[in-house]
Amino acid sequence: MLELKNISFDVLEGHQEIGIIRDVSFTIPDNKFVVITGPNGGGKSTLARLIAGIEKPTSGSLFLDGEDITDKSITDRARMGISYAMQQPVRFKGIEVLDLLRLAAGKRVSVADACQYLSRVGLCAKDYINREVNASLSGGELKRIEIATVLARGTKLSVFDEPEAGIDLWSFQNLIQVFEQMRDSIKDSSILIISHQERILEIADDIIVVADGMIDRMGPREEILPSLIGTASAVGTCVPFSGKPASVPKIPTDENGNPIPKKNC
Amino acid sequence: MEFKKLDAIQKRILMEVADLHSVPEGAYNIRSDGQLAARSNSANIEITSKENGSGIDIRIKPGTKNESVHIPVIMEKSGLHDVVYNDFYVGEDCDVIIVAGCGISNCGGQDSQHDGIHRFFVGKNAKIRYVEKHYGEGDGSGKRILNPVTEVYQEEGSHVEMEMVQIKGVDSTDRSTIAKVAKGASLLVKERLMTHGEQYAASAYTVDLDGDGSSADIVSRSVARDKSYQRLDLRVNGNAACSGHTECDSIIMDEGRILAIPQLEANCTESALIHEAAIGKIAGDQLIKLMTLGLTEKEAEEQIVNGFLK
Repeated sequence: MLELKNISFDVLEGHQEIGIIRDVSFTIPDNKFVVITGPNGGGKSTLARLIAGIEKPTSGSLFLDGEDITDKSITDRARMGISYAMQQPVRFKGIEVLDLLRLAAGKRVSVADACQYLSRVGLCAKDYINREVNASLSGGELKRIEIATVLARGTKLSVFDEPEAGIDLWSFQNLIQVFEQMRDSIKDSSILIISHQERILEIADDIIVVADGMIDRMGPREEILPSLIGTASAVGTCVPFSGKPASVPKIPTDENGNPIPKKNC
Repeated sequence: MEFKKLDAIQKRILMEVADLHSVPEGAYNIRSDGQLAARSNSANIEITSKENGSGIDIRIKPGTKNESVHIPVIMEKSGLHDVVYNDFYVGEDCDVIIVAGCGISNCGGQDSQHDGIHRFFVGKNAKIRYVEKHYGEGDGSGKRILNPVTEVYQEEGSHVEMEMVQIKGVDSTDRSTIAKVAKGASLLVKERLMTHGEQYAASAYTVDLDGDGSSADIVSRSVARDKSYQRLDLRVNGNAACSGHTECDSIIMDEGRILAIPQLEANCTESALIHEAAIGKIAGDQLIKLMTLGLTEKEAEEQIVNGFLK
């Protein structure tokens, strides 16, 4: 369980202190799938960075399972069970996908296990396992690998910052299935996703709307989602000129409902 | 002297520079403290000492395929200045691997220096992969110095791949590589360099693309730590309808300094030449990403550097 108590985060712009996050408090209980949405520039990504320990709050406290983690480093928080998928994943020259998955898992996972994580995010494992995580990967590929590193960690709290950003339509459909699966197998862990996507909001247990660095409203999906439909906080996947949802390719799945990667693997 | 009589230090150095755990397959020549320690020829590869004793000639018969030559050098004596000339004559249509390398273990107070001058005469359509590793160890105040000179002369349609690695323990190095590449021939160089302490490393390449359809790809990746200094000088001359690419990619840490001097000279309107050079510290986001996986900042730094130099 993650608890944020009266978190504020200010930055200095010239001589003026600007409040990016202003007195935000909320709880992510165990076994919950929570989505934070809201207008761009409202402070959503900053919240994710505060939770991962990349930024330190100006005031307020964070607790993980009751333990105060406000002064814990990024490394400490990661080891305590927080995973964080960046909105814009980083590239590394020379580090292969397999290396990254092994670092994420914290042990020498077998190639077969590593391949499973990749298959779950819709990548043909044998094509990627020995690829370098460098500029030769597209934004969408990189994003899926980033999500695979969080899957490989399997920690009690997973934070995803706009996982759908920069992903093509086919991958997006696949991604929704990944999150649906994570939601189904959530046992004793919790998931926090920052997203504008209606499809992701639809599978949330709770929704938090953040605007101007503050919580605008929060509550169970059934209460919050209807008021968001049609606003920038809940964007449909793809709407053609006719106004009807576009037909999207159906993702082939195996008997367990896992997506079958595109290519012959 | 038989290979098995090498002492533990010599064996460890051999492992560092030539990945040798035991007697290599095929032809080899092991030089230890300025003397011949072991040699073996194969049916297709002949190693002979030069008449004036200044080095060795390695002759590889035309058409030799899937064979390797190992010519490591080990130095343990402090105060030794070893200069050696090695000439490789690679016959037409060969496909071979050549592993060279020098390891210095200097525990004494005097400088140890090895200057290896390697010349490669690569026949038509021959293919070679050349691997060279440099390594130094020892806690004496004497410096470990390596100044290799490499000259490559490629005939038509030949292909040369060179891996030059110097990761640890060499105090001073001044490396010079020149290549002349004929029609349809290609040269691929991967250099990996790491300096630490107060080390100094200079590496200069001059590649002449002389024939139509010739190409060169020179990629240097380096890391300068502590107070070390590197000078990287990559020059490609396009003298025909050729394509050349140089890349100089460096990470600086601590108080390390690097001077990168990429140079291209196009002497033919049909030559296509590109250079890239980048120097910078490890990106903060890279460290953050690995820290969010549970690594400490130091562990993250090591992983990034190891990957970069892989």
